[in-house]
Amino acid sequence: METFGDNWLIVGLMAIAALGMGLLLLGLNLLIGPSRPNKTKGDPYESGVPDVSPVKARFTPRFYMVAMLFVVFDIEAVFIFPWAVAFDALGRYGFLAMLVFLFLLLDGYIYAWKKGALEWV
Amino acid sequence: MNDQPIWLTFLVAFIIMNVLLIGMAYMTYFERKVLAAMQDRMGPTRTGPAGLLQPIADGIKLLSKEDLIPRAADKWVFFFAPLVVFVSAIVTAAVIPFGQTAHLFGRDVNLYATDLNVGALFVMAVSGIGVYGIILGAWASANRFSLLGGLRAAAQVVSYELILGLSLAGIFLLAGSLSLREIVLEQQQNLSIGPLEIKNWYIFSQPLAFVIFLIAAVAETNRAPFDLPEAETELISGFHTEYSAFRFSFYFLGEYIAMIVISLFASTLFLGGPSGPGSESHWWLGIIYLFFKTIIFLFFYVWLRATLPRFRYDQLMGIAWKVLFPLVLLNLVVTAAIRLASDGKLF
Repeated sequence: METFGDNWLIVGLMAIAALGMGLLLLGLNLLIGPSRPNKTKGDPYESGVPDVSPVKARFTPRFYMVAMLFVVFDIEAVFIFPWAVAFDALGRYGFLAMLVFLFLLLDGYIYAWKKGALEWV
Repeated sequence: MNDQPIWLTFLVAFIIMNVLLIGMAYMTYFERKVLAAMQDRMGPTRTGPAGLLQPIADGIKLLSKEDLIPRAADKWVFFFAPLVVFVSAIVTAAVIPFGQTAHLFGRDVNLYATDLNVGALFVMAVSGIGVYGIILGAWASANRFSLLGGLRAAAQVVSYELILGLSLAGIFLLAGSLSLREIVLEQQQNLSIGPLEIKNWYIFSQPLAFVIFLIAAVAETNRAPFDLPEAETELISGFHTEYSAFRFSFYFLGEYIAMIVISLFASTLFLGGPSGPGSESHWWLGIIYLFFKTIIFLFFYVWLRATLPRFRYDQLMGIAWKVLFPLVLLNLVVTAAIRLASDGKLF
């Protein structure tokens, strides 16, 4: 089975074709659709209330926590996938090694839970 | 797998893309009709026979609307973000096998665009790129509701992507491959449970993973009851509040194509893909089987939307991190132990 070359070339060609299709539709929209801009249309939507202050990117730090948890546990998934594919070749040793790894991971998971990193409120 | 000229492969890929676009249009029709039936209504009936031309009318309407860009918006990011969602959703379909080879016009044609040896990983990775389109579009809109919707989408998708990936690790372990074509071939073998002889579809050997995958797939595509990023009642459509005309519809195209692709993906991984009685000798039977398997998942999506109310955000994240995450790890360890025991290597 070929890995590089044609297989990935098709992926690239599909991406270009999809992008081309998208730009074509946007161009068509520009051609057919009207364009009558005015001040009200350019305002940000605020449920009809006049916009008083510019939007500043302020949000709860919970989102950072999720991002950090994701990075930690997704790296673990990156480690698990090749292990799963090569499982038969690794045999008992591979299984035990993964159990040790998962035990250490569970340790961190329980710590994060106890510290309240998994709570949203 | 046979060698074929690149133009032929691209032709297959191009046909797949167009089928996806038409499929997406009729998915909206299917959803409206099924929802209507569940709520004892008629759904679209006016445009064409039984309302069948409704998706085309919707498309033309969106094309003829004014494309507004808010004054405060970051123009370039606002312009390209919806395309990211659209392109990534379409490219994901490249690795889905619709069969093995077909004999057409005196040629052997592969019924898939490409067979990457990291196919399953490719689906997850590229569908993960889609969330960039959402968060960039949300940020570039310079709107409070959009920003909050985009953040919600990002946090939700990364959490459930982890669950989605790990729920499939058991399958990769059993199949010994990440290539979707080989996973399908693996499922054509027979599995004997006592006197019973059934096909080795992974839904039978990985039932827990199947349920978790279904839940994670709904959250991954931002669909009800996990449609928090675009909760109409609190966020006024969330990340696409400021979008209009056809640029707005790219988010919808992306969402529906992602639904179709993840349903195809689920059928491929758990229900044997295009395999079924007679599909080895008649390639078109395989495509029909795959179509009906995919319809089951798409119906399930619509059914959920008609039945369940929206979750709260803390519930959504709680399910992912406190319930599903330990369960997927348990599923993986149990699968590995059983596999090892069946080889007689556990003790």
